[in-house]
Amino acid sequence: MDDFLVRAILAGVAIALIAGPLGAFLLWRRMAYFGDTLSHSAILGVALGMLMSINVNIGILVSTLLVAALLILSQRQKRLGSDALLGIISHSALSLGLVLISFVHGMRVDLNAWLFGDILAVTWTDLGLIAVSVGVVLAVLTVIWKPLLSLTVHEELALVEGVNISLISAIYTLLIAVLVAIAMKIIGALLITSLLIIPAATARQFSKTPEQMAVLAIVVGCISVILGLSASFLWDTPAGPSIVVAASSLFLLSQVFSKRI
Amino acid sequence: MSDPIQNKNVELLASLDHINLSLQGKTILHDVSLQLQAGKILTVIGPNGAGKSTLIRILLGLETAQSGGVYRKPKLRIGYVPQKMAIDSLLPLTVERFVSLSSRSFSNTAKAKDALEETGVKHLAKQAIQQLSGGEFQRVLLARALLRKPELLILDEPAQGVDVTGQAELYEQIAALKNTYGFGVLMVSHDLHLVMQKTDQVLCLNQHICCSGQPDDVSKHPEYQRLFGNLPAEGLAVYTHHHNHCHELNGDVVVGECKHADHNHSHHEHTDIAIEKVTTKEQEKHTHG
Repeated sequence: MDDFLVRAILAGVAIALIAGPLGAFLLWRRMAYFGDTLSHSAILGVALGMLMSINVNIGILVSTLLVAALLILSQRQKRLGSDALLGIISHSALSLGLVLISFVHGMRVDLNAWLFGDILAVTWTDLGLIAVSVGVVLAVLTVIWKPLLSLTVHEELALVEGVNISLISAIYTLLIAVLVAIAMKIIGALLITSLLIIPAATARQFSKTPEQMAVLAIVVGCISVILGLSASFLWDTPAGPSIVVAASSLFLLSQVFSKRI
Repeated sequence: MSDPIQNKNVELLASLDHINLSLQGKTILHDVSLQLQAGKILTVIGPNGAGKSTLIRILLGLETAQSGGVYRKPKLRIGYVPQKMAIDSLLPLTVERFVSLSSRSFSNTAKAKDALEETGVKHLAKQAIQQLSGGEFQRVLLARALLRKPELLILDEPAQGVDVTGQAELYEQIAALKNTYGFGVLMVSHDLHLVMQKTDQVLCLNQHICCSGQPDDVSKHPEYQRLFGNLPAEGLAVYTHHHNHCHELNGDVVVGECKHADHNHSHHEHTDIAIEKVTTKEQEKHTHG
């Protein structure tokens, strides 16, 4: 097997490790579109990183966090519905990023790779960074698991019971931002949310506890990554979409399977 | 009926002091004060839109008043039973897990089961939380509040979605638990007589406090009658009769004294209620008054 495929699969599996539980919370908290907005804004981060000649990963992290902060602040106003707001910010950030990238001179920018992922893109350095990030995200998630679950079930009850809602929510958003930054190269900005949502949705009907659902989502995510990247290698299909097609096939299969029993 | 806790020196748990709140020029609460004491039940009654829930939310610290003082005993442990909650069907959660979320340890299902047993719904421990009926859910919420060993129990319309006999049982149960643990209770309700039976003090709220006092005094108060009319005589028939058995929540018949009812009360009567046209009359009163 080729080196780059091994790197891509290792990176993908590592990403699936955190996408499973984070995605489950995204489903439970009905925040799917919020995740989409964050990942779209990552393109803005890529543009900023290139224009300011800083590490693109840092650019992505900064732009997703800024957009998250903007979202949280602007959701306090009641004039626009939250869905309209997400739509405006999501596509504005994406478009602004694409416009800015067109100003980058002297560097060939493979836009497709950023939008849809690239199996060739992951270097050993990237893999190291991904491994460390995943480790940190998993550790933090374990610590905040219970309060996060509690506020997911009922925010006010959690608040009365002493959970620091805004802190825990902010940490969760930060974790999503980290995931977006490290998943960009493999899956691409447009499709990251699907790796969060589809495996978790597949896991739902086979789970009795939140933890079961998170673990099953990890398993489904890993299988999707391995199938998708192998297909991408064999047939030269784009990496991100191949992973998503694999994930949605598993989802469909699970629906058929659950109807039978 | 003598209450042993009443004889001890009462401890102030929390209080509101001349609270005012208005939103967009509309008065929500005007000059509202109340005191919550250990071992006492305070019931706030009032029509829809009277500011009952807002009052609770201010006391809990979920909302801030424009003026007035809120006192909570330092490190006061509050058990809160919120008004309505829907739990997302995508979240797989058993009843015992839901209850154990209120404890500090990661997952304490043993304690959760104890709490569920106390509120008479232990048999539901393994069920999905989304599948419960209104009455079952209220008891599960009560169990979750109990798990925290509260000093003050705050319930927002605890009988909502519970049938009438279930309501009477729920109120009796809350009173029984109060006698066992000695916590203070603040209850909000828009139904009248059932909730008042076990109450030490009733506060009639309609943006401002119309009247307050012992249940009997309040029900004779002209302000109260203006708000609610003389309902028992017109449409709400309260009568008592003897039961020789009662039902556990799972439907089993229990002959003799009800386990989940008040152990201390000296009689075995249960209050049953027949409602005719109450809702429409109440609504008319509120729209015209």
